[in-house]
Amino acid sequence: MSIGSFILRRLGTGLLAVTGASLLVFLFLHLVPGDPVDQLAGGDADEATRLEIAHCLHLDESMPAQLGVFARNIVNGSLGHQCPDPEHKPTVMARIVEVAPYTLWLALGGMAVALLLALPLGVLAAARRGTWVDTIASFVSLTGISMPIVWMAPLALLIFFGYLGWLPGPAEPDAPGALVLPSIVVGVHLMAMLARMTRSSLVDVIGEDYIRTARAKGVPGRRVLLHHALRNALLPVITVAGLQFGSMLSGAIITEKVFARPGLGTLLLDGIAERNFPMVQGTVLVIAVIYVFVNLLVDLAYGLADPRIRVA
Amino acid sequence: MSRSGKRGLSPSAWVGLGLVLTFLLVALIGPLVAPHSPDDLDMLHSFASPSGAHWLGTDQNGRDILSMLLHGARMALIISGSVVAICATTGVALGVIAGYYRGWVDELIMRVVDILMAFPGILLNIAIVATVARPGVGMVVLALALNGWVGYARVARGQVLRVRELEYVAAARAIGARPRRIMWRHIVPNILSPILVQISFAFAGVVLVEASLSFLGLGPQVPYTWGAMLSQGATFFFKSQSLALIPGLAIMWVVLGANLLGDGLRDRFDPRRRARAA
Repeated sequence: MSIGSFILRRLGTGLLAVTGASLLVFLFLHLVPGDPVDQLAGGDADEATRLEIAHCLHLDESMPAQLGVFARNIVNGSLGHQCPDPEHKPTVMARIVEVAPYTLWLALGGMAVALLLALPLGVLAAARRGTWVDTIASFVSLTGISMPIVWMAPLALLIFFGYLGWLPGPAEPDAPGALVLPSIVVGVHLMAMLARMTRSSLVDVIGEDYIRTARAKGVPGRRVLLHHALRNALLPVITVAGLQFGSMLSGAIITEKVFARPGLGTLLLDGIAERNFPMVQGTVLVIAVIYVFVNLLVDLAYGLADPRIRVA
Repeated sequence: MSRSGKRGLSPSAWVGLGLVLTFLLVALIGPLVAPHSPDDLDMLHSFASPSGAHWLGTDQNGRDILSMLLHGARMALIISGSVVAICATTGVALGVIAGYYRGWVDELIMRVVDILMAFPGILLNIAIVATVARPGVGMVVLALALNGWVGYARVARGQVLRVRELEYVAAARAIGARPRRIMWRHIVPNILSPILVQISFAFAGVVLVEASLSFLGLGPQVPYTWGAMLSQGATFFFKSQSLALIPGLAIMWVVLGANLLGDGLRDRFDPRRRARAA
């Protein structure tokens, strides 16, 4: 398959995924009982206010018409308005653009934490395979994989902000160092996964003939490991790291909530709490698009990095 | 390489099995032996320290934390067990059908799988649960099952592609067995090992996601899910450490156990990995 048709195919699947997810969320939001007007208008609102809000949300139109409105809002880039008083509130897109950088930085921070910790851990475990170093490394990895973010996030916050006061706490998203704790929380899970991958990938490569050749001609052990072996072992690790960018986004939703950070996750959860349907739909759509796009980029980068791999 | 002939489970897999079995035991009999009802409010004794009456103390409403924990174990088992059962059945069925019939059926099923995988799962779970004001257990199970089956479908399909060309399947076909019989009597029993591995890992995953949903207030609306307890624990950390620590340890217990077991089963079923691990 040529690279062009590969990209087209992947874009097609991605587009389908985004459309499918959006449709699913749309259908659920509109089919499941529970009236957003109740939430927005409050219990004692009069009929006129209720009708006005329903009209503003297009809830007085038929389902296909509402779907049409949703599609139109995607095309015109606004992703919808917030009701009531749409003129006085930013569009959904404007809100998303405002907070998206926080989430992206958090995801990148998590990725950095994961890679910086996972590689040494994995290399160490592979180099000292079968020893206590390996055992400890695999224990650390397993703990990381099994530790719920919903536990780690408040715990980290309470220890490093509450007790020790080393790092900024919630609701200070712009303070220097504010990214440190959330990044660690978001990154630990991936760190554990990548450390395991690095180890097993490196152990595989160490068994290859060219490693024996390098050793046989007298290349020092450390150089064989870091130069000859790691280079080849790294490729699958980097790919998985890239593909897990989406899991960073998922982790970010919870982490943002605990750290009271602005971001796409907070926007989504607030939208849910307020039954702000356009906001929920818009955020889901944008996160899905980012996810699909990043995955495509990673696949392409993988193909370019290793000429042996033909995109398939 | 000498260990490759060994057929038993590794020690860590036994540990995992032990952790999972204790969890099952606690979930099954825990609520029966719980000292209090998890809903018993006792505002006079909120945030009581651990004592003879309340081994782990009480929460902000004076509820017994130990009893909540035990009932939470059952809730976790009900949700995760249902999700895994539904997903494994549907996923394996679809995967086997896709792998056996190939052609457009395969194409259709696998495109749906691709679509669901090209999307962060928890986001879909959150969005779906969020549509109802007070999600019940059924809604949470539905939301988690909606995209939970894809892993099984992929594993099952891959295995079927391998098995369907084997001689005994050809033989079954030659003596006139119908596709349904071939699939369920001849193919499925032979692809169960990787499915078992998948179940083990998926169980850990579901427990984590359910805890996240409950933590966010999007789980079943009872105060004693482990995620909901953690959320309270985070709010009242300085008043009750056990509320913030113990449900987290409980979740980790289950997840670690299922992961260790999954690792062990995978190594046990895959001779290549077994040789490498040695």
